[in-house]
Amino acid sequence: MMDMGQYLEIFIEESKENLQNMNQSLLDLENNYGDKSILNDIFRVAHTLKGMSSTMGFSKVASLTHEMENVLQALRNNEIPTSEKIIDLLFECLDILEEYINEISNTGDEGDLESNHLIKKLNNVMSTNIELSITESSDEEIPAISSEILIEAEEFSKSIVEKAALEGYNGYRIKIELNPNCMLKSARAFIIFNTIERDCEILKSNPPVEDIEDEKFDTSFELIILTRMAQEELKRELCGISEVENVLIEKIILKEYSTRTDQQEVENKLSLEIEESMDEDEDKRQSKTKKPKVGKTVRVDIDRLDNLMNLVSELIIIKTRLEDIDDDGRKQNMNEAIEYLERITTSLHDAVMKVRMVPIERVFNRFPRMIRDLSKELGKEISLFMSGEETEVDRTVIDEIGDPLIHLIRNSIDHGIEDPETRKRFGKPDAGTVKLIAYPDGNSVVIEVEDDGQGINIDRVKAKALEKGIITKEQSDTMDEKEAIHLLFHAGFSTADKISDISGRGVGLDVVKTKIESLGGIVEVQTIKNKGSKFIIRLPLTLAIIQALLVNIGTEKYAIPLNSIKEIITIKTASIRKVQNQEVVLYRNHTLPILRMNKILHVDREEPAKEDLTVVVVKKGDKTAGFVVDSLIGQQEIVIKSLGKFLSGIKVIAGATILGNGQVALIVDTNSLF
Amino acid sequence: MNHQKSTLEQQYVLFKLDNEFYGIDILQVETIEKVMDITRVPHALPYVQGVINLRGEVVPVINLRKRFNLPEAAFDEESRIIIISIEDMIVGLLVDSSSEVIQLEDGDIDEAPELGDQKDKGYIKGIGKKEDRIIILLDLKKILGITDSNE
Repeated sequence: MMDMGQYLEIFIEESKENLQNMNQSLLDLENNYGDKSILNDIFRVAHTLKGMSSTMGFSKVASLTHEMENVLQALRNNEIPTSEKIIDLLFECLDILEEYINEISNTGDEGDLESNHLIKKLNNVMSTNIELSITESSDEEIPAISSEILIEAEEFSKSIVEKAALEGYNGYRIKIELNPNCMLKSARAFIIFNTIERDCEILKSNPPVEDIEDEKFDTSFELIILTRMAQEELKRELCGISEVENVLIEKIILKEYSTRTDQQEVENKLSLEIEESMDEDEDKRQSKTKKPKVGKTVRVDIDRLDNLMNLVSELIIIKTRLEDIDDDGRKQNMNEAIEYLERITTSLHDAVMKVRMVPIERVFNRFPRMIRDLSKELGKEISLFMSGEETEVDRTVIDEIGDPLIHLIRNSIDHGIEDPETRKRFGKPDAGTVKLIAYPDGNSVVIEVEDDGQGINIDRVKAKALEKGIITKEQSDTMDEKEAIHLLFHAGFSTADKISDISGRGVGLDVVKTKIESLGGIVEVQTIKNKGSKFIIRLPLTLAIIQALLVNIGTEKYAIPLNSIKEIITIKTASIRKVQNQEVVLYRNHTLPILRMNKILHVDREEPAKEDLTVVVVKKGDKTAGFVVDSLIGQQEIVIKSLGKFLSGIKVIAGATILGNGQVALIVDTNSLF
Repeated sequence: MNHQKSTLEQQYVLFKLDNEFYGIDILQVETIEKVMDITRVPHALPYVQGVINLRGEVVPVINLRKRFNLPEAAFDEESRIIIISIEDMIVGLLVDSSSEVIQLEDGDIDEAPELGDQKDKGYIKGIGKKEDRIIILLDLKKILGITDSNE
């Protein structure tokens, strides 16, 4: 067997893309039954998948897509009507195909999953409508040539044949059979091509011209041509060439243009249909211009990107170093050079980050389908509203954010949105609305999942937490709304009274929270009783380069991410009080817990009895804490470096960065200290 | 690469630690560096000396004296950091000195002696003999705790 390893990755990537497209098209089809352009899109995807998978030797995918193609072909030709049943069936096929592709990407093999039942169903759809298709086919000439070429002819008919027909050209499909004893087949074919090309234009040849030149064909080949010549004339000419055994010529009849062709016998009924389809065609053309441009993607090895990233980070280090040299401030040139370097590094940074940025559409794409399935499953009518799909986020985020979002959406639908009767009672529209909104906000990206459901029932949350022993009775009584909502993110918390398949599996929002925090983001919740709730995810735009505050602790230097710092204050040592062994100060009428950085970071040093203490106030959500540092160095753009696999999972330290003087400074993960 | 490995001869980077000679497979060694600024990492294992800036990359450094429970010593001119690369990990080993690469044939290597502290023996792949010198050949995976974490 050929080594397909190098193509496998491409195959998987492209298949996933194709399946995503098919999914989108199927959803569109659901709202526009029988739309030709959508059916064409789906057909094309199925066809591409079939071709690719059979080349790769994945016969199960190939045979399933083949059957799908048949059904789609019938739908396209109006032989069978588009129905909900068929769309459901196509969705089922899509799921199986997705599973196959996943299996292939995991194991390199299709696995044992069988799709025979689906193939049978697809066949059934075809056979129950067979009579219909026969009656209709008598109106048109069924081409005797393989369906393969038919497809291509039709694809051409969309553009070229259409235009040519207006200029008086006719499209023909020619099948030429050579004498089996023909010695120089390719030479003979060359003569035929020459003859044809004198008066015609060859649009397509099967097998391709290169193969014919290399004699990679049996005794016959097929061509699609455009010409002003009459059919008989053409046939005469071709039959005149020696060693040509048989010539089969068929006119390519476009439904839309059949009135213009010689087919006078077309019934009135059919011509009516034609006019309709012409109108449809017009619409289609208009809608085509409106269609969003399909983003051309470049697949870049992530290692190469990382390398580029490293180069950039070194540039930034050099920049910092230059800034240090300039302290005496004598050389004007030096200043200019630094400015220039700064400009370069900034734009280089932007350019590289852009390569890594992907529109969040990639994640959002799968949700319409999910909502469709969920609303069917739960008997709740739900409309999904999405906006800001074009918002770009880092590639790493794309891969990681999918699961948390799925979870939040499921949560909204399962727990948030009420059943239709309840909704009616509250005077809400039957259909619940789930909004998924993404937008960039300063240096971060915000994703909101909002529903117009019942909101979070604070009392029930408290009762549940009490029951599960997460909080005590006193805590429950004194707890305010915000704190209660935070309970939702507690591990092992689930308020669903009955455990459904959709959510409430006990691995709830705490997983969402952990995941988002691992991406350097935060989750917030807003809820209004009986009006709905809103989960707000805030993620940093870039993961690799951040603004940080450098501080001295003892003789060591540490970096604190600027986005987590609220303010920097000076307090009197004397004002510190101890509450349950925790140092606090009263600051702006709030108690602020005070943490000693040197103790947290195990810095050995003599505690100097200072009168004033410099405190960096750090926030996490709506909690704040003050960290005592020895002195401040200043704000700096730093490049986050991982500590490496060997030191992974270390407490308190989020990573490291390299300072202008080449020293390594550690980045403090303040989030872990609350 | 495989061909080189299958020959009887193997090359080892030799280093000194508390007056003993140790050897590690040259194929696992990336570079040997002079001791540079090492940043302490709080909350790391005690034998982790800290991290260094190795041409733009942050690399953790293990103090082998601490790892082997040998008495601590101050760095001097001779001290070296041997940068090794094993299973996608890049780690520096802080040693007293290193200056030599030797070749050992299979016949030059004895199995690690059964006697002695079993814990320490775990790091030892074998004992090399060359010109009256005894060279302790180290199993780097065990030193880095790679097998430990898998178990």
